Amino acid sequence: MSWNELIGMIIIGVGVAFDAFGCLGLLRLPTVYNRLQAGTKCVTFGTCGILFGLFVMKGFTSFGIKALVGIPFVLLTSPVGAHAIARGAHIFGVKLWDKKVIDRYEEDRGNKPSL
Amino acid sequence: MNTYLIILIVCCFACLIRAWRGPSIPDRMVAIDIMGVLAVGITALLAIITNRDFLIDVALCWIFLSFIGTLALAKYLSYKTLDE
Repeated sequence: MSWNELIGMIIIGVGVAFDAFGCLGLLRLPTVYNRLQAGTKCVTFGTCGILFGLFVMKGFTSFGIKALVGIPFVLLTSPVGAHAIARGAHIFGVKLWDKKVIDRYEEDRGNKPSL
Repeated sequence: MNTYLIILIVCCFACLIRAWRGPSIPDRMVAIDIMGVLAVGITALLAIITNRDFLIDVALCWIFLSFIGTLALAKYLSYKTLDE
Protein backbone atom coordinates (compact mmCIF):
# COMPACT_ATOMS: atom_id res chain seq x y z
CA MET A 1 0.00 0.00 0.00
CA SER A 2 1.47 3.29 -1.11
CA TRP A 3 1.48 6.56 0.79
CA ASN A 4 -1.40 8.24 -1.01
CA GLU A 5 -3.64 5.24 -0.43
CA LEU A 6 -2.79 5.27 3.28
CA ILE A 7 -3.49 9.00 3.64
CA GLY A 8 -6.68 8.63 1.63
CA MET A 9 -7.85 5.81 3.90
CA ILE A 10 -7.24 8.01 6.97
CA ILE A 11 -9.19 10.95 5.47
CA ILE A 12 -12.07 8.66 4.50
CA GLY A 13 -12.05 7.26 8.05
CA VAL A 14 -12.39 10.78 9.49
CA GLY A 15 -15.29 11.44 7.12
CA VAL A 16 -17.07 8.22 8.09
CA ALA A 17 -16.62 9.08 11.79
CA PHE A 18 -18.24 12.49 11.20
CA ASP A 19 -21.14 10.77 9.40
CA ALA A 20 -21.63 8.38 12.32
CA PHE A 21 -21.66 11.18 14.91
CA GLY A 22 -24.10 13.17 12.79
CA CYS A 23 -26.52 10.26 12.67
CA LEU A 24 -26.10 9.75 16.43
CA GLY A 25 -27.11 13.39 16.91
CA LEU A 26 -30.05 12.88 14.56
CA LEU A 27 -31.31 10.08 16.80
CA ARG A 28 -30.66 11.58 20.21
CA LEU A 29 -31.32 15.33 20.16
CA PRO A 30 -34.69 16.73 21.35
CA THR A 31 -36.29 18.93 18.65
CA VAL A 32 -36.28 19.44 14.89
CA TYR A 33 -33.87 22.36 14.92
CA ASN A 34 -31.29 20.57 17.07
CA ARG A 35 -31.48 17.51 14.84
CA LEU A 36 -31.07 19.71 11.77
CA GLN A 37 -28.01 21.37 13.33
CA ALA A 38 -26.32 18.11 14.27
CA GLY A 39 -27.27 16.15 11.23
CA THR A 40 -26.68 18.50 8.37
CA LYS A 41 -23.33 19.99 9.33
CA CYS A 42 -21.66 16.75 10.40
CA VAL A 43 -22.96 14.79 7.44
CA THR A 44 -21.94 17.50 4.97
CA PHE A 45 -18.38 17.57 6.27
CA GLY A 46 -18.27 13.76 6.41
CA THR A 47 -19.34 13.32 2.81
CA CYS A 48 -16.87 16.01 1.70
CA GLY A 49 -14.17 14.08 3.59
CA ILE A 50 -15.05 10.85 1.79
CA LEU A 51 -14.92 12.57 -1.61
CA PHE A 52 -11.62 14.31 -0.78
CA GLY A 53 -10.11 11.03 0.41
CA LEU A 54 -11.12 9.47 -2.90
CA PHE A 55 -9.33 12.34 -4.69
CA VAL A 56 -6.19 11.77 -2.59
CA MET A 57 -6.25 8.04 -3.35
CA LYS A 58 -6.77 8.31 -7.09
CA GLY A 59 -4.84 11.52 -7.92
CA PHE A 60 -5.47 13.59 -11.07
CA THR A 61 -7.29 10.95 -13.07
CA SER A 62 -10.87 11.21 -14.33
CA PHE A 63 -11.84 9.33 -11.17
CA GLY A 64 -10.31 11.84 -8.77
CA ILE A 65 -11.28 15.00 -10.65
CA LYS A 66 -14.95 14.03 -10.65
CA ALA A 67 -14.79 13.47 -6.89
CA LEU A 68 -13.14 16.88 -6.47
CA VAL A 69 -15.93 18.49 -8.54
CA GLY A 70 -18.50 16.90 -6.23
CA ILE A 71 -17.19 18.65 -3.10
CA PRO A 72 -18.40 22.23 -3.92
CA PHE A 73 -21.79 20.86 -4.93
CA VAL A 74 -22.25 19.18 -1.55
CA LEU A 75 -20.98 22.27 0.25
CA LEU A 76 -23.38 24.55 -1.66
CA THR A 77 -26.55 22.48 -1.76
CA SER A 78 -26.72 20.90 1.69
CA PRO A 79 -26.79 24.08 3.86
CA VAL A 80 -29.32 25.69 1.51
CA GLY A 81 -31.61 22.68 1.92
CA ALA A 82 -31.17 22.76 5.70
CA HIS A 83 -32.05 26.45 5.82
CA ALA A 84 -35.16 25.86 3.72
CA ILE A 85 -36.30 23.04 6.03
CA ALA A 86 -35.71 25.16 9.15
CA ARG A 87 -37.67 28.09 7.71
CA GLY A 88 -40.48 25.81 6.61
CA ALA A 89 -40.63 24.16 10.04
CA HIS A 90 -40.80 27.54 11.77
CA ILE A 91 -43.63 28.73 9.52
CA PHE A 92 -45.34 25.35 9.90
CA GLY A 93 -45.53 26.00 13.64
CA VAL A 94 -43.10 23.57 15.26
CA LYS A 95 -42.28 24.83 18.77
CA LEU A 96 -38.71 25.43 19.89
CA TRP A 97 -37.13 23.57 22.78
CA ASP A 98 -38.41 24.30 26.33
CA LYS A 99 -35.06 25.71 27.47
CA LYS A 100 -34.63 28.07 24.51
CA VAL A 101 -33.00 31.43 25.19
CA ILE A 102 -34.17 33.64 22.33
CA ASP A 103 -36.11 33.43 19.08
CA ARG A 104 -35.21 36.33 16.79
CA TYR A 105 -37.11 35.04 13.78
CA GLU A 106 -40.38 35.06 15.71
CA GLU A 107 -39.75 38.68 16.76
CA ASP A 108 -38.97 39.66 13.19
CA ARG A 109 -42.08 38.06 11.78
CA GLY A 110 -44.34 39.59 14.43
CA ASN A 111 -47.95 38.65 13.96
CA LYS A 112 -48.21 39.19 10.25
CA PRO A 113 -48.42 36.09 8.07
CA SER A 114 -45.14 35.77 6.17
CA LEU A 115 -45.05 33.64 3.08
CA MET B 1 -12.93 -0.33 3.35
CA ASN B 2 -15.82 -2.74 3.82
CA THR B 3 -15.98 -1.67 7.47
CA TYR B 4 -16.60 1.93 6.40
CA LEU B 5 -19.41 0.75 4.11
CA ILE B 6 -21.06 -1.18 6.95
CA ILE B 7 -20.86 1.87 9.26
CA LEU B 8 -22.54 4.06 6.63
CA ILE B 9 -25.32 1.51 6.05
CA VAL B 10 -25.97 1.39 9.81
CA CYS B 11 -26.21 5.22 9.73
CA CYS B 12 -28.81 4.94 6.96
CA PHE B 13 -30.85 2.63 9.18
CA ALA B 14 -30.58 5.19 12.00
CA CYS B 15 -32.05 7.79 9.62
CA LEU B 16 -34.85 5.37 8.75
CA ILE B 17 -35.64 4.94 12.45
CA ARG B 18 -35.92 8.72 12.80
CA ALA B 19 -38.14 8.90 9.70
CA TRP B 20 -40.35 6.18 11.16
CA ARG B 21 -40.94 7.60 14.62
CA GLY B 22 -40.40 11.32 14.00
CA PRO B 23 -43.15 13.21 15.83
CA SER B 24 -43.71 15.84 13.12
CA ILE B 25 -43.40 16.19 9.35
CA PRO B 26 -40.12 18.22 9.40
CA ASP B 27 -38.41 15.44 11.38
CA ARG B 28 -39.09 12.99 8.59
CA MET B 29 -37.92 15.48 5.97
CA VAL B 30 -34.65 16.05 7.82
CA ALA B 31 -34.07 12.31 8.04
CA ILE B 32 -34.68 11.78 4.32
CA ASP B 33 -32.44 14.72 3.40
CA ILE B 34 -29.58 13.39 5.51
CA MET B 35 -30.06 9.92 4.09
CA GLY B 36 -29.61 11.37 0.61
CA VAL B 37 -26.26 12.91 1.54
CA LEU B 38 -25.20 9.60 3.16
CA ALA B 39 -26.10 7.77 -0.05
CA VAL B 40 -23.63 9.99 -1.92
CA GLY B 41 -20.89 8.83 0.45
CA ILE B 42 -21.92 5.19 0.04
CA THR B 43 -21.79 5.55 -3.74
CA ALA B 44 -18.31 7.10 -3.56
CA LEU B 45 -17.10 4.21 -1.37
CA LEU B 46 -18.61 1.69 -3.81
CA ALA B 47 -16.73 3.43 -6.63
CA ILE B 48 -13.46 2.82 -4.77
CA ILE B 49 -14.26 -0.79 -3.91
CA THR B 50 -15.42 -1.87 -7.36
CA ASN B 51 -12.98 0.51 -9.15
CA ARG B 52 -15.53 1.83 -11.65
CA ASP B 53 -15.71 5.57 -12.23
CA PHE B 54 -19.28 5.86 -13.51
CA LEU B 55 -20.48 5.52 -9.90
CA ILE B 56 -19.04 9.01 -9.22
CA ASP B 57 -21.41 10.35 -11.90
CA VAL B 58 -24.27 8.65 -10.08
CA ALA B 59 -23.18 10.43 -6.88
CA LEU B 60 -23.11 13.84 -8.60
CA CYS B 61 -26.62 13.34 -9.98
CA TRP B 62 -27.83 12.17 -6.59
CA ILE B 63 -26.68 15.41 -4.92
CA PHE B 64 -28.79 17.55 -7.25
CA LEU B 65 -31.88 15.36 -7.16
CA SER B 66 -31.79 15.25 -3.35
CA PHE B 67 -31.40 19.05 -3.24
CA ILE B 68 -34.36 19.66 -5.56
CA GLY B 69 -36.54 17.25 -3.61
CA THR B 70 -35.65 18.91 -0.31
CA LEU B 71 -36.47 22.38 -1.67
CA ALA B 72 -39.82 21.23 -3.05
CA LEU B 73 -40.81 19.60 0.25
CA ALA B 74 -39.73 22.68 2.25
CA LYS B 75 -41.83 24.92 -0.02
CA TYR B 76 -44.80 22.62 0.51
CA LEU B 77 -44.24 22.81 4.26
CA SER B 78 -44.20 26.61 4.39
CA TYR B 79 -47.62 26.87 2.71
CA LYS B 80 -49.23 24.49 5.20
CA THR B 81 -49.92 25.33 8.83
CA LEU B 82 -50.90 23.26 11.83
CA ASP B 83 -54.20 25.09 12.30
CA GLU B 84 -55.84 23.82 9.16
